[in-house]
Order: sequence, then C-alpha cells, then structure tokens
Amino acid sequence: MTWTSIFIAGILTYFTRMSMVTLIRKEMISDNLRKILNYVPSVVFPSIIFPGVLLDDFGAFVTISDPKIFGAMTALIIGFFTRNVILTIVSGLSSYWIVIFIF
Amino acid sequence: MRSKYETFKIGIKDVAPHLLSVFPFGIIFGAIGIELGFSPLFTYATSLIIFGGASQIVFLQLLSGGASSLIAITSVGIINSRHFLYGAVLSEYLQKLSLIKKLFISYFIVDQGFAVSNQYFKKNPTEKFNHYHLIGSGIILWFIWQVSTIIGIYLGSIVPEELGLKFAIPLTFIAIIVNELRKFDHVLVMLISGLAATFFYNAPFKTYIIISPLIGLFAAMIINRLKK
Repeated sequence: MTWTSIFIAGILTYFTRMSMVTLIRKEMISDNLRKILNYVPSVVFPSIIFPGVLLDDFGAFVTISDPKIFGAMTALIIGFFTRNVILTIVSGLSSYWIVIFIF
Repeated sequence: MRSKYETFKIGIKDVAPHLLSVFPFGIIFGAIGIELGFSPLFTYATSLIIFGGASQIVFLQLLSGGASSLIAITSVGIINSRHFLYGAVLSEYLQKLSLIKKLFISYFIVDQGFAVSNQYFKKNPTEKFNHYHLIGSGIILWFIWQVSTIIGIYLGSIVPEELGLKFAIPLTFIAIIVNELRKFDHVLVMLISGLAATFFYNAPFKTYIIISPLIGLFAAMIINRLKK
C-alpha cells in the first residue's frame, strides 16, 4: 500500500515536471505572458524563504531575535553586495551558528 | 557556438555552489526517514522516484503520523505543483527538442537547476545546445541528492540536530533571488508572495506553496499594467 503511494506520488511529481514542457508551444505564450513568467523565480522562492525564516517548525512566528532572522539578514546583505552564492550560504549559516552557539 | 559537452559542464559549474546546501539537506532527509521508522530502502526510494526534497519529508511525516496515503500523495502533488510554473518558463527554451528528450529532461527539473539554467538561457538565447545546461545542472543535483540521502540513511544520526541544517534551504533560495533585489517591481512581488506564504502557511495540504506564487504573479500582472 505505502509502496504504491510512493509510485503514485512519483508519477504525480513527474507529471508536474513534464506537462508544461511537453504541452506548451511557443505561439501559446504571448509577450504579456512572457513578461509575467519572468517573475516566476521572484514569486516561488520567497514563498519558501519567508515561512522558512519567519515561522518555526509548528507554524508559529519566531521572535525578532531568532537566529534564523539574523542568518537570513546576513545572507541577504552579503549576497546583495557580493553576488556570490557560496558566500551567501556560508555567511548565512555561520552567522546563524554564531547566534546559536555563542549567545 | 558552445558544444554540448561545454554547455553541460557550465551547467554543472553554475549549480555547484548550491550543492553546499543540497548535500546537508539530503543527509537530513535520509536521517529523518530512518528516525520516523521507515526502512532504508523505502526512504531511499522516495529520493529516486519522487526526487523532490521538501515533499519527501512531508510525505514520510504524514505517513508515519498515520495520515492516509491519499492525503500524503495529495500533499506531495501540491508541494511539487510549483514545477508547473518552472515548466511553463522552460518550455520556450526546450520546445525544439524531440518528445523523448523533453520527457528525459523533465525528470531533472528541480528548484536550483531551474533557477541557474533559466538565468543561463536568458543570457544566451541563441546558443543551440542550451538544454545541455539544464541536463548538467539537473544531473549533478540528482546525483548529490541520491548520494546524500544514502549517507543520511546510514550516518545521519551522527549529525547533531542543533546545527539546524534545514536552514540551508532558505539560504540557497536567498542566494538565487538576491540579484533581483535590484529591481523595485521584483522586490514588491517578492514581498507580496512571501508575506502571502507566511499568512497561508497553515492552510491545508501545504497549499501555500502554490497559492502564494499565484498571488505574486497576479500582483506582477497588475504592476505591469500600471507601468504602461
């Protein structure tokens, strides 16, 4: 039963990946729609980042002094100025650890 | 004109920094599967068959919590429905490919690969073998995800929970969008979708993952209309 559910979940996930790639043709995408699709990264990733930073494992708001908020702000600032992915992740994670383990 | 192999290697190189967070996340996932009481084979099978980080965790958590398979499957489908948006964006660049190639590449469409390859496609619209970039980024992400899941299954319990490595995922996504912070309309749209996600977080079946981007796209539509 549960093995069947892995396969169904897998097929469903694969369907979310292949459907648009195989079904959409260029002429179906107007210039206006293309402009809107430009925003896809800017709407999807914040939808994962915000709750990941602002909420705890139980869906309640963390306090302003939470290490996740400090880590995310550090990553934002370092990322904005360096445009470097490794520095962004490392600075975010290390500042998060500094708050957890030192303060 | 870059060759297939060159483009493939650029894809690997472009996504490589993100492995820094994908790798620990895979270890955490493997460890969670075992901790929840699933067998190593069952835990690993989700990485091979579903291949979608956060959705795999939710899937196992729901099943171990006694939820019905239907609820677990629905949640996976909803969490991964964001791929519809990725597919819609990528379709333009992949449309000349044969159906078989499209079906093959589709399996490898994941967040970080989509993000870096989409950036590459926008910068190099005339290259002929662009899809090899997506294959490169996708295959290395896939490989690291498989390996890290297996490491997590067998060694995950020695990774201290206090490290909070789950936090690497918001960080890798911050690294993806941070460049767009230079554009005011994107900042506005990010704030709207991010706050919507926080607001709808407790909506059933994790629907916030698709509701909030759609709210964000709607906002983008209005902003674009006002700009004219």
